[in-house]
Amino acid sequence: MLLIHCPYCDETLPEAEFTYAGEAHIARPADPSALSDEEWESYLFIRSNPRGPHHERWRHLHGCGRFFNAVRDTVSDRFLTTYPAGQPRAALPIKEAAE
Amino acid sequence: MSRYRIAGKGRVDHGAPVRFTFDGRAYAGLRGDTVASALLANGVHLMGRSFKYHRPRGPVAAGSEEPNALIGTRRGPGRFEPNTRATMQEIRDGLEASSQNKFPSLKWDLGAVNDAAYMLFSAGFYYKTFMWPKSFWHRVYEPIIRAAAGLGVAPTEEDPDHYASRNLHCDVLVVGAGPAGLAAARAAAAEGLRVVLVDENAEVGGTLLSEPQAQIDGRPAWDWLAAELEALKALGVRIMTRTTAIGYYHQNLIGLCQRLTDHLDVLPADTPRERLWRVRARRVVLAQGALEKPLVFHGNDRPGVMLAGAAQTYLNRYGVRVGDAPVILTSHDSAWYAAFDLQDAGARVQAIVDLRDAVREELLNEARARGIPVRLSHTVTATSGRLRVSAVRVNPVTNGKVGAGQAIKCDALLMSGGWTPSLHLFSHTQGKLAWDEDRTTFLPALTPEDCVIAGAGRGLWGIAAALRDGAEMGREVAQALGKAGAALAHDVQNDRTGSGVSMKELPTDRNPGKAKAFVDYQNDVTAKDLRLAVREGMRSIEHVKRYTTNGMATDQGKMSNINGLMIAADALGKPAPQVGLTTFRPPYTPTSFGAFAGYHRGTHFELTRKTQIDAWAEEQGAVFEPVGQWRRAWYFPRQGEDMEAAVRRECRQTRASVGIFDASTLGKIEVVGPDAVTFMERMYTNPWAKLGVGRCRYGLLLGDDGFIRDDGVIGRMAEDRFHVTTTTGGAARVLNMMEDYLQTEWPDLNVWLTSTTEQWSTIALNGPNAARLLAPFVEGVELTEAAFPHMSCAECTVAGMPARLFRVSFTGEIGFEVNVPAPLGRKLWETLWQAGQQYGIVAYGTETMHVLRAEKGYIIVGQDTDGTVTPFDAGMGWAVGKAKPDFVGKRGLARPDLVAGTRKQLVGLLTEDGSKLEEGAQIVFDPKQAIPMKLVGHVTSSYHSDAAGRPIALALVEGGHERMGETVHVPMPDRTIAAKITGTVFVDPDNTRLKI
Ligand SMILES: [Zn+2]
Repeated sequence: MLLIHCPYCDETLPEAEFTYAGEAHIARPADPSALSDEEWESYLFIRSNPRGPHHERWRHLHGCGRFFNAVRDTVSDRFLTTYPAGQPRAALPIKEAAE
Repeated sequence: MSRYRIAGKGRVDHGAPVRFTFDGRAYAGLRGDTVASALLANGVHLMGRSFKYHRPRGPVAAGSEEPNALIGTRRGPGRFEPNTRATMQEIRDGLEASSQNKFPSLKWDLGAVNDAAYMLFSAGFYYKTFMWPKSFWHRVYEPIIRAAAGLGVAPTEEDPDHYASRNLHCDVLVVGAGPAGLAAARAAAAEGLRVVLVDENAEVGGTLLSEPQAQIDGRPAWDWLAAELEALKALGVRIMTRTTAIGYYHQNLIGLCQRLTDHLDVLPADTPRERLWRVRARRVVLAQGALEKPLVFHGNDRPGVMLAGAAQTYLNRYGVRVGDAPVILTSHDSAWYAAFDLQDAGARVQAIVDLRDAVREELLNEARARGIPVRLSHTVTATSGRLRVSAVRVNPVTNGKVGAGQAIKCDALLMSGGWTPSLHLFSHTQGKLAWDEDRTTFLPALTPEDCVIAGAGRGLWGIAAALRDGAEMGREVAQALGKAGAALAHDVQNDRTGSGVSMKELPTDRNPGKAKAFVDYQNDVTAKDLRLAVREGMRSIEHVKRYTTNGMATDQGKMSNINGLMIAADALGKPAPQVGLTTFRPPYTPTSFGAFAGYHRGTHFELTRKTQIDAWAEEQGAVFEPVGQWRRAWYFPRQGEDMEAAVRRECRQTRASVGIFDASTLGKIEVVGPDAVTFMERMYTNPWAKLGVGRCRYGLLLGDDGFIRDDGVIGRMAEDRFHVTTTTGGAARVLNMMEDYLQTEWPDLNVWLTSTTEQWSTIALNGPNAARLLAPFVEGVELTEAAFPHMSCAECTVAGMPARLFRVSFTGEIGFEVNVPAPLGRKLWETLWQAGQQYGIVAYGTETMHVLRAEKGYIIVGQDTDGTVTPFDAGMGWAVGKAKPDFVGKRGLARPDLVAGTRKQLVGLLTEDGSKLEEGAQIVFDPKQAIPMKLVGHVTSSYHSDAAGRPIALALVEGGHERMGETVHVPMPDRTIAAKITGTVFVDPDNTRLKI
């Protein structure tokens, strides 16, 4: 079981308190009606699914209830960082970013 | 005393006999014995039959890695466990043990015919032998295999024991309490760290228990061990025996299974049988030691053939001589010491056969001094003896050529193919292994966890090396945790270090195609099987493993993996590290379901949510059904009524007068704030801006993909306050979805969401007399058509209780839903129930609710929809606010696939013969088409309807809205039913009955 740091509670807590909520930094378009079918498909269905650091959303469901963002390495299953929703995309560690 | 017990020797209590039975026969052992050691003391080697060939087998090891000696254990009614290792189960007074895989008896087994038919069961037999003829599979082969194969027998009764679980946090967890683990625990505890030391055995000490000859710091090993234990306890180390570390999970979470009662003569009251620990450790020291490898040769599975290290353990720890006249067969120094110990204990070792051409002079001198014949550069090519080894065939090997064999009589063959570090837990951490050419084995390299490996687990043999390394690792761990750190040094005398070589199959003069040289005892995999797998094209070790099942038994290849690898690598012509090792997975040893289930069984398996009115329903004899986690009254049968009769009566009486229904499980969410209406506009398909305070509306919630997610009536209680209801099962999901959009897409909206499902008891009254019954109790609202029309809501007082009153209907009758603070629910219910007697009020359950709503064509999300149904598919386009610029799902509804004409649409179905359709039944247009037919939809809801005077059904049918009046067909096993497509409203299409 992973340990996850909730950036709102500022506590590192067991995974059982949290739920996964999909890839992060995919904003719902301001005017969906203006989007082409392809653009809407891309927003709705297409995800990056990387091998390595992944920006993703978690919710501290059985805690403060807040959604937040995280970078988790999908190979090691390690959290590299977590940060509040609305903050800009966290930079990747230099090594991974270069790959 | 038992024939093979040595007086006064070992750690067993010679003054404390323990009586038990094995296959119905009484035996005596000593306190401290395992089933295996006690049986061996009585001269019993034959303890089971093998899984596939039913070959006779005896214990080959003395610990948890034992593949052969699996037994059933029983303690009175219900307490039966199969596949227990006889080498781990301690004897207790009255223990009933039984052997497995035998028919009709252990000594005379019919299934052993499989052994003669072994060609059928060779590598990949599941994939090829029984392919033809096809019909033979389920009639002939499969039943035979099922009857013949399998380990043990599953218990048939419910387990009366209980199981516990606990969390534990510590600084350092040390797994394995041999010399390395003891030293590591000491070094860490000396620094004031919280240390937990666990060992799967009944007592700590590990290899020290089998090597009493060693002297540590001037004291005999066992005296040193006793003193060291006291020192550890004084330092506050928590020592847990009979505790197996079963799995190593992320971030130093280790699962432990502690066995608490299986060794006790008398079962203590209120003690769990096993306890599962979840340990979160800042640092972990793995000191699990090493496992001895068998050697691979024809007949290496005969009872009496055993690992040399195991024989040494039986001798020194349990005081049991496994034979009077053993032969030693080895490629490693360690087995020589077993020979010496046995000879010194009164056995006459017939020969030490070593595959190597040279060994240390010191070993040769020791053998010579004891008069033990030594044969270097020799191999064993066969064993004989029916249920126990009686002779071995020994051949010289010269320049790789195997010379003529000579039989040596013996009653045990003790083998050693060297030692493999126990890497299972390390492997669970996704740790990387590195091949060590000198030791021809894998050693631990990198791990992402905060963990170190000490002692034999990283290839360091001998007590001195283990103590030194353990202390060093304990110091390292202490320093990593910010302590100064120090490592105690120990002086060790009479240590037994050594080296050896790794073998594949032993050299032989026999036809290797006929050799039964076992690699995996538990799965009956031979060297020949592995080579066959490679010949048949398996290249990856993972494929070889699956094709042959090598290493796939419950011991996960603790003994067979390296031997299997050496043979597969040889067959592939590749170096072993290039072939690689298969992955070990938790649990380390088989673990009971009870331990994993813990408290989560029976009524505690999942919580049961009950409403305030549930107890009333129970008193009335209601039949319940689970809906999500809720327990809901399904129907209220009267004396002699079956479900159909009860539901028919409930339906009829509700439509005739009035019915009362517990709707408290409906999800409820309070949406409050200055931007509440904006939020509702964006979340739901319907328009909300113009909905007045005191009015309510049916709301439809979509996903952004355009499919229906949930529905429910929503009341506007104030300008800035909505009372949202959801489906019973969807409440948590809807709130999560709302929170998601609110927090992450529209954080600018000033809205608060609160789950109020359990704040309210909700009582629904439906029927022509509903208003008449309720009106006298309501203060503040006049229940007339003019003052409180359909789809009104109000805060008011009902029977003196603060209430939110809704005029809604899920039946087509005049309907009210009264919400009162939850604890008042039963009081209100009984008040209305009393007052309703004059109208012949009926309490109805979920089944009647389903029928009444279906008669009106009201959908149930999740029954009539399945996550691929749009509002237009469901015929509810009217609920979609097309003028709104956006809402969740609006753009999704315009996706090309969602506007296509061939979508499945919700329609009514009326059968031509008046029969009731099955929910879930598939629908076709042309019943005469060839099979497989083109399926064009399915029945979603189907009921007998008294009001319609016939069975009714709802169905999703391709293009259904354009097919009104057409006939479709529902093929069933015995016949095909024709049904006409109709609208979805079967009763009162003009809604005249809604009017007061
Ligand atoms: Zn939190």
